[in-house]
Order: sequence, then C-alpha cells, then structure tokens
Amino acid sequence: MNAVEVRDLHVRYDRLEALTGVSFDLPEGTSLGIVGPNGSGKSTLLKTVAGLVLPSAGTVRVQGTAPRRLPPGTIGYVPQIEDVDWKFPVSVRDVVTMGRYPRVGPFQRFSENDHRAVARAIEALDLGAIADRHISELSGGQQQRVFVARAIAQEPQLLLLDEPTTGVDAATEDALLDLVRGLVADGLPVLMTTHDLDRAAEWFDRLIVVDRKILADGVPDEVLESGAYAGIREHTHTHGHRR
Amino acid sequence: MIEWLLAPFVYDFMQRAFIAALIVGGLCSTLGTYVVLRKLSFIGDGLAHASFAGIVIAYLRGGSFWIGAAIATIVTALGIGFVHRRANVSLDTAIGVLFTAAFALGVFLMSRSSRATLDLQSFLFGSILGVSRDDLFVVLGLGLVVALVIGALWRPLLYTSFDPIVAQAAGIREGSVDNALLVILALTIIVSLQLVGIVLVAALLVTPAAAAAQLTKRFIPMMLLSGVFGVTSSVGGLYASFQLHAASGATIVLLATLIFFAALALSAARRRQRVL
Repeated sequence: MNAVEVRDLHVRYDRLEALTGVSFDLPEGTSLGIVGPNGSGKSTLLKTVAGLVLPSAGTVRVQGTAPRRLPPGTIGYVPQIEDVDWKFPVSVRDVVTMGRYPRVGPFQRFSENDHRAVARAIEALDLGAIADRHISELSGGQQQRVFVARAIAQEPQLLLLDEPTTGVDAATEDALLDLVRGLVADGLPVLMTTHDLDRAAEWFDRLIVVDRKILADGVPDEVLESGAYAGIREHTHTHGHRR
Repeated sequence: MIEWLLAPFVYDFMQRAFIAALIVGGLCSTLGTYVVLRKLSFIGDGLAHASFAGIVIAYLRGGSFWIGAAIATIVTALGIGFVHRRANVSLDTAIGVLFTAAFALGVFLMSRSSRATLDLQSFLFGSILGVSRDDLFVVLGLGLVVALVIGALWRPLLYTSFDPIVAQAAGIREGSVDNALLVILALTIIVSLQLVGIVLVAALLVTPAAAAAQLTKRFIPMMLLSGVFGVTSSVGGLYASFQLHAASGATIVLLATLIFFAALALSAARRRQRVL
C-alpha cells in the first residue's frame, strides 16, 4: 500500500502554475527525496500533501484519503522556515508537547502514552539539557531540532520535512539523518525536500527531481547519474546556490 | 472607619456590581491572554463598537439589549473572519472597515429615531451600578459558556496561536478554532459592556494580559497572572470608584493600567539586574 499517492497534480498561485501534472507514489515505510532548484515547487508539493494548499486539478491521497479528511495527528509537518513569534511564552518542552495536542480531545487529560511520546521525542533529538529553556534562547540548529521533535512526538503516520538540513550544523545534519533512517526502518514513510544532492543516496530510498513537473524519478544513484540531475545542478549553480 | 470601608457592600446594587465585576474581570483577562498573543487587540475594540448597532436596533424595536448586542457582535466577529479568509484583505483592514460600519449604522439609526432618549453615555462608558438580577444571570450564564469553551479548546487555541500552519497540517481545524475564539470573544465583550462600556472594553481584554506577559515566559503562568490582574483591576477598581465617586469603568481601566506599568518597571528592573 502507498502512504502517499499523487496523481496529475496541478497547483496554481493566482496565474502562476507552481506544479503541473505531478504524479508519484510514496510506499509505506520508505523515504522519498524531492530535489529541484529554488522556485521549482518543492515546498508547494509538500504543502499540498499536508493539505495546506489545495490542488487546482488532480488528486492527493494520504493513506487513501484526502489530506484534510485525515484523522487529527496523521501528518507531521516541519516547514522550512518556522515563522513563529519567538517571544511566545513557551519552553522547548511546551513546543514538543504541542505535538500531542491534535491527539488529545477537549477536557481530556494527557495520558501516560502522551507523556511518554513527548519524553521520547525530547530524548531522540537530544533536547533534554535545554528542555526548560525559552524558545528565544536557542541556536538555529536547536530550533530545527525542537520542531522535528514536535513532529516526532505527534507519532504521525507520515512525516513531511521541508529542507530540514538547510542552515544547520554538520552534527545536527548527521543526527537528523540517523533519526530519519531509524524512523523509516521502523515503518514511517518520509517525504522530504533537500538541496543536498551529494548525500541523497544516504537519506532516501527514492528520489524525484522536480521543476514544476517531475523530471526524474528513481533510486538516488540512477537519478543522479541521469541528465535530469546535471540540468538541476547547472541550474542551481547559475542561480548562485550553494554547492 | 470599618463602616466606611464596608460601605459599598451594604447596597444590593453594589453587591450585584461586585459579582459582575469578578466574573467580567476574570473572563476578560483569561481570554485576553489569547488576544494579546494573537495580536487581536484591535478586534476586541472593533467588536465592542460593533455591538452598538445591535443595541440601538434592540432599543428601537423594544427588544432585549442582550440579544441585540449578541447578534450584532457575533455577526461582525464571524464576518471579520470570513472577509479575512475569503477576500484578499488583511485582518486589520477587515476589522477597520466592518466595525466602523457597524458603529456608524448604530449612530445613523439612532439619529433618525424620534425616540432618541437612549442613554448613550451608559453604553459608551458602562453603567455597572444598573446591573439588575436578570442581568447578573445573563452575565453568569454567558460567562459559563465562555469558560467552558476555553476549557475545551485551550490546547488547539494555544497551538494555532503559536504555529497555525503546522497545527493545521497536524489536523487541527484552524478555521473552526478561530471562529470559536471570535464567538467567545464576542460573548465576553457583551458581558463586559455594562461594567466598562464600549470604549473601554478593549483595555480589560488587553492590559492585564500584557502586564502578565512582562513577568513570565510561560503560557499557563501568564494566563493565571493575567486572571489575577484582571480580577484585581475590576473588583478593586469598582471599589475605588465607589469611594472616590468616580466612573466605575474608567477607574477599573486606570487601575489595570497602573498594574501594567508596575509590571513593566519590575521586568525592566529584573533585566537590569541580570545585566549587572
């Protein structure tokens, strides 16, 4: 069974076609990387799978259902840039705890299971030492880990990561890679965008190259050797992007 | 001396006023935590003004003040949410357009009426001393509804206040949560109108929570502290207004403002200490 099925997806922002005719599958328990130049629609694709952007045509199914009709807590989403108010009165632990909120009903108390999930997520992202810090007191890498921890605490059935390695240090990147590989091994499907072509084979079971439409789809090594990869790399360079 | 101190509590109307002040102060300041964190101060002010149209229509048709105010305020609240989401209009613009329109409608209708004896001042600035037994029951009932909704939705309200996009992806119905917040905000404002009046309601929503935000960096303590400040302001202000022979709404708001500046000074002093 496929965790995600996208069929002939079109997304339009006003008159701009952000995605056109995109189709792919994400089988259960596998990871799929999405690469492409800036403005290629990578983030839009993730947002559409998350149900945050509605398609103008085509379908997105997560576990056979439209994203907005899924039970609360199904999709864990970590956006590329967290546009939050850093003065908001919450600690690291408070933010991670929010991951459980979709699963806790009105007037319901936190169960043992909820507390355990929060503790495990804090541990998995190595946030124990800074759990009681206010969110304004974090480095960029720590911030990213907090938001990944919140998504993990949610115990989602699909994890969407939008360039989680951009702007984080090498140690955080390695830790995230280990974490994601472990989650996938445990059966969690992961859909992630990245700029990091060199390590794509480490991260993903499959890779798609997107530039408003799908240019290539296959195992990372094959995709990287194909012309689609070269095209992107050139494109990325001419736009002055890193690598 | 003791007689002088207890004087306000001798009168029935003052006892009712104190109970109303307690409820309104607690409600406004608790809900105010979300208002401040979501930067909705302007909405509070807007909804209060919008209630005026409903009050005037109710008055001209001989209907209940409560029902008129409730309909006008809730319709405006949901209208603001709708216009903001559907039309490509920023929130403060939507509020600016709709609340002045509703207020203008009230003034327009009143100016055309031959029965223009409606006591404008009591609506603009509150008339806590005129709280009847029936009014008190309405305040209590609506207060309970608001408290129940906050009790049920405080987590989704918190999540969508902090990070609406991720909350929505996680399956929290952001639109419904927003609408629920707007409706209880509208109800809270209606309940507060008699105490502080249209012009001053926003202060009771914003000032205690803003003071609390100066003193804590955690959500639950902020909400509790805001509640304490709110009740202190409303009950203390009412008491002071009686002893000082001053308008109750204005005295309450001034006391809340005093607490805000005290909190500001305390937080500045703490920061300086940390630097040294």
